[in-house]
Amino acid sequence: MMDATPTVQTPTVQTYTPREFHRQAHDALGNPQIRANFRKAMDGLMDKRRDVFGDWDLETLRELGANIRLRALAKLPDLLEQLEANCEANGIRVHWAEDGEQACRIIRELCEARDAKAVIKGKSMVTEEMHLNAHLEAAGIEALESDLGEYLVQLNEQTPSHIIMPAIHLNTDEISGIMHDKTGLERTRDVDVMTAAARHQLRERFMAADVGISGVNFAVAETGTLCLVENEGNGRMTTTVPPVHIAVTGIEKVVEQLRDVPPLYALLTRSATGQHVTTYFNMINSPRKAGEHDGPEEVHLVLVDNGRSNIYQDDELLDTLRCIRCGACMNHCPVYTRVGGHTYGTTYPGPIGSILMPHLMGLEETKDLPTASSLCGACGEVCPVKIPIPDLLVRLRRESVGEGRGNVPGAGVKRTRTEAAAWKGFQWLATHPSAWRGGTAVAGKLRALAPARLGPWTDYRSAPKPAGTSLHALVKRHRAGKDTGNTTGGNRGEHDS
Amino acid sequence: MTPVKLYPPKPEKVYFFGTCLIDLFYPEAGLDGIRLLEREGIEVLFPEDQTCCGQPAYTSGYHDEARAVAAAQLDLFPEPWPIVVPSGSCGGMMRTHYPQLFAGTGQEAQASEVAGRVFELTEFLVHVCHLKLSDRGQPEKVAMHTSCSARREMGVAETGPALLAQLGGVELVEQARPAECCGFGGTFAVRHPEVSAAMVEDKTQAIEAAGAERFVTSDCGCLMNIGGRFEHQKKAVKGEHIASYLWRRTS
Repeated sequence: MMDATPTVQTPTVQTYTPREFHRQAHDALGNPQIRANFRKAMDGLMDKRRDVFGDWDLETLRELGANIRLRALAKLPDLLEQLEANCEANGIRVHWAEDGEQACRIIRELCEARDAKAVIKGKSMVTEEMHLNAHLEAAGIEALESDLGEYLVQLNEQTPSHIIMPAIHLNTDEISGIMHDKTGLERTRDVDVMTAAARHQLRERFMAADVGISGVNFAVAETGTLCLVENEGNGRMTTTVPPVHIAVTGIEKVVEQLRDVPPLYALLTRSATGQHVTTYFNMINSPRKAGEHDGPEEVHLVLVDNGRSNIYQDDELLDTLRCIRCGACMNHCPVYTRVGGHTYGTTYPGPIGSILMPHLMGLEETKDLPTASSLCGACGEVCPVKIPIPDLLVRLRRESVGEGRGNVPGAGVKRTRTEAAAWKGFQWLATHPSAWRGGTAVAGKLRALAPARLGPWTDYRSAPKPAGTSLHALVKRHRAGKDTGNTTGGNRGEHDS
Repeated sequence: MTPVKLYPPKPEKVYFFGTCLIDLFYPEAGLDGIRLLEREGIEVLFPEDQTCCGQPAYTSGYHDEARAVAAAQLDLFPEPWPIVVPSGSCGGMMRTHYPQLFAGTGQEAQASEVAGRVFELTEFLVHVCHLKLSDRGQPEKVAMHTSCSARREMGVAETGPALLAQLGGVELVEQARPAECCGFGGTFAVRHPEVSAAMVEDKTQAIEAAGAERFVTSDCGCLMNIGGRFEHQKKAVKGEHIASYLWRRTS
């Protein structure tokens, strides 16, 4: 095959772990391509969201969305039972999985019961969480992703770097390179050509698949309806073409009533991609009924706990379960924008991942995630269901240093004697005002001796120098009328070089 | 609908909480803030036993230590005067987090009462003092960096630029992504130095690209971070706390 464009380096495939956040961040920060890809993508998504909410009373809608989710969580055990009863009455078989392993087993057994060899998948983050594809492949069942982004990262043997746009870390040339290397498509810069090629490759697989596996955006307890939000149609195909459809969802995705769906849908599409509506909105109520021309013969719903009921026990961290997986917190996070999704090394990256994953994986694994935030508050400001993400990051920092409730796995893992003593010292100084004043006075006197190097701070910035006279002393002088306006030896903000 | 904040009439007296960074590194900014208030005919009370609001320990997860430090500050404001803080982040700590920090303790009511009286300096100058400035300074291109805590925790993103807009000689230039964090984040800058550095690098580039000769901010954490970066690069762009800038140009 002739190359139409210059050869592009296909990104090296590697695995990521939250334990290596610092190293992974270092690598990403040093990678201009990754930096540029994320910056451009996140800027675009932020603009789209801002524009689409322009004429909405956003705060009222967020309040409504938050309350719908809070109401659902308050009644969660009852709603799950109601959902099960209504699904079963509709002909949808419901399965309960305590953890990812059990969920994988249930799904595998459903596949084996049909002697399935080929599974087609719609987009589902919860199946990423439980590494379903690897589990099925080990059992000799091929699982193919049909969401374009998921398909690309699967081809490239990677994990998604974003929960809405799994391949957002790749640019056109890189995608072209992957498709060339893995599917033989001629290199091109034409996105339409690549999309058409992927569609063509997937179309046959939809027809041949024995089982379709999808996620769920909203599971409606009142009616036993599974709602699926998507743009590409792979969700529609996955849930209608194969003879068996298995929907997989975390237990927190349930909502009470059908009327709860439109506000959440409005918030989800606008927050995620800046769309008023998505191209497809699927509502799945049952398998194919007598006399119907299409639809699967069997529909199953797998309700996955996988640590969620532990989170549910904690009245603060419970708020993480409100999440409707829109990705807005990632799109607006200055840290995520710079290091990208893979750096976090978790299924859910960015701010939501940093408050969700410590509970699911334990703080030994994830101790660097709660601190990987400047607490700028952008995530909390845009969250469509008003999850207080910054407060929860602080809560997990408490858990890390052993000052929380101790109910997060690995609590206290970051506590060191040195740091604990340092904060005790800070406490002592800040609660002994005369010692504090003495300290600032001494610092001012010795300002010439102030270190020019302060660890990593001065690798990039000048060191601040204590002022010759503290504010306490300046105010005293000012009160005594000795203040001439500008000659206090103080500092108006220019650092001494 | 964002809730409408109701501001009190201009009081006879205010408490001034100087913050630890100002006390140690930028005292002149604190004094300039006091001068601005006094010029409006307000008596400024400066409780001598004030130290730090406790935020560094709070955001690091050391809440027992933060609570002890905060408790020592709570008793410093016995009369019902407003408490003016020349920093969005310390103001945000006192206004937003004190009630959470003392929830379920004997000092919860006191913490909430104190929190309700906290104002960020520029917010107070605009909404309570209705400050009118006449500029005596030289023409200058200035970028305003509003701290994340002033913008999002205290909801006062507009007050700093509104004050600068009153200065006839000042051309306020807008940098790209003005609402994006500069990367200071207290201990974040030390715990994740490389990410923080990437953020402050982008911020200095944006300010410089906007053609600013100076940047002005209402938070000394951001000032230390952005100013320190400019200086490290030997750039001519100067940084200043907004209190000092307003005082210098109008006195």
